[in-house]
Amino acid sequence: MTSYALFLGCTIPARQPHYEASARKALTRLGIGLVDLDNMTCCAPPPLQSIDMETSLAIAAHNICLAEEADLDIVTLCTGCFESLAMANNLLKENSKLKARVNKILSNAGEEFKGTKEVKHYLKVLMDDVGLERLKKSVVKDLSSLKVASFSGCHLLRPSALLKFDDPERPHIFDDLIEALGAKSIWYRNKLKCCGGLLRGYADDVALAIARDKIVNTTKAGADCIVTLCPFCFLTLDLGQMLIKSAYKEEYNIPVIHYAELLSLALGIDPKELALDFHKIRLDKVLSKIT
Amino acid sequence: MEHKKEQKTSATSFSDEIRSQLGGETITLCYQCGTCASSCPVAKTTERYNPRDIIRLSLLGEKQEVLSGGAIWLCSSCYNCQERCPQKVEIADVIYALRNIAIKEGHIPNIYSEFATGLMNEGRIVPTSKFVEKKRPEYGLPPLRPAGLDAMKKILAATGFDKIQWKKEGTP
Ligand code: SF4
Ligand code: SF4
Repeated sequence: MTSYALFLGCTIPARQPHYEASARKALTRLGIGLVDLDNMTCCAPPPLQSIDMETSLAIAAHNICLAEEADLDIVTLCTGCFESLAMANNLLKENSKLKARVNKILSNAGEEFKGTKEVKHYLKVLMDDVGLERLKKSVVKDLSSLKVASFSGCHLLRPSALLKFDDPERPHIFDDLIEALGAKSIWYRNKLKCCGGLLRGYADDVALAIARDKIVNTTKAGADCIVTLCPFCFLTLDLGQMLIKSAYKEEYNIPVIHYAELLSLALGIDPKELALDFHKIRLDKVLSKIT
Repeated sequence: MEHKKEQKTSATSFSDEIRSQLGGETITLCYQCGTCASSCPVAKTTERYNPRDIIRLSLLGEKQEVLSGGAIWLCSSCYNCQERCPQKVEIADVIYALRNIAIKEGHIPNIYSEFATGLMNEGRIVPTSKFVEKKRPEYGLPPLRPAGLDAMKKILAATGFDKIQWKKEGTP
């Protein structure tokens, strides 16, 4: 069994226990070991990079140091955490000057970034340690009538030079993993476009207009649901539909579901164990198509 | 003549300042083709934002307009432009560099002050919820591990972050 240090980040434990529960249960069932380490902190995502990039790199490196000490690679659920940590990890591995600069900061906390570990998004773990074939064989439910609009979020793919996850313009890994569950991953307009989530709190009107575009395009394409990987994208599109309803007087009610939840359901995990009440848009339409 | 020379000096000094910031190194490679603006989801949505204009104004040395005009905070960090720039300008990273400079000069949007405060107090920018935390066992989740506040505080002191975070928008 391969084990990883599970990096939860801030948003998932604070607001999305449905994501955490589904991810833990599905990954464990597929034979992935998850280790909870003490003293992880915020991943230092874009809002902190915006304040001070040097501090952000040091905080990201602090989290990676903890995994290095435990001799484990990191797995993240949140796409934002993946970006922050993988970007810092790869940047510091490639740039010895920057690494020395960050290590000077870390020495104040008695830590040293060595660059010996990987940061992986859980989709990569599924690809590497389970594989599409075994995943297909583990599915016990029929999802063949489910049409999904996949939305990976920007930071699974970009900046591709540092994240090296998939082709940034024609990605396929996420869709392959959806189809391995038996569901159909459909095309929709502007699929790779941002959801605007990071602008919430600074320019809510702009953020909502961008989110609405995603909701309109996935609805027009006839999707039964939107499948996400990132807690921010989830919030932007799920709670976002409530905000769209009051700002635009438009009602879409398209369910938004994390891939880990869809995976759990496909593996036959009881929906009652998945804290699905935390969804603003009800999942009935999706659940009725999983038989 | 005198006037022109002065302008050139301020332009060079601002682009030098940006280039010396982490992420800002590639700004001078820009040849203003506009690929970034046409790839940008925010520029497509609002006239308040255009990444090419931000780069142009920065290279012209319009420091005050760039740092206090508010536009730099409208980038959603999606990196679409950066993937496509024919000159390999790391545009999203340049925007980060501009934000870093703006913050050092006291232009901090309130929401960013809140993030910084959350980080200082809890080690997380999204504070934990007592309600959700209590329910964890119900969902079969193990107790939440403590955040490494000790290490965090030492890091924030070493970079000087703990000194910038209290400034709020518009106040010195
Ligand atoms: S795409 Fe690159 S070269 Fe073209 S305007 Fe934008 S930053 Fe400049
Ligand atoms: S990273 Fe910023 S400037 Fe570039 S396309 Fe995205 S929102 Fe626009």
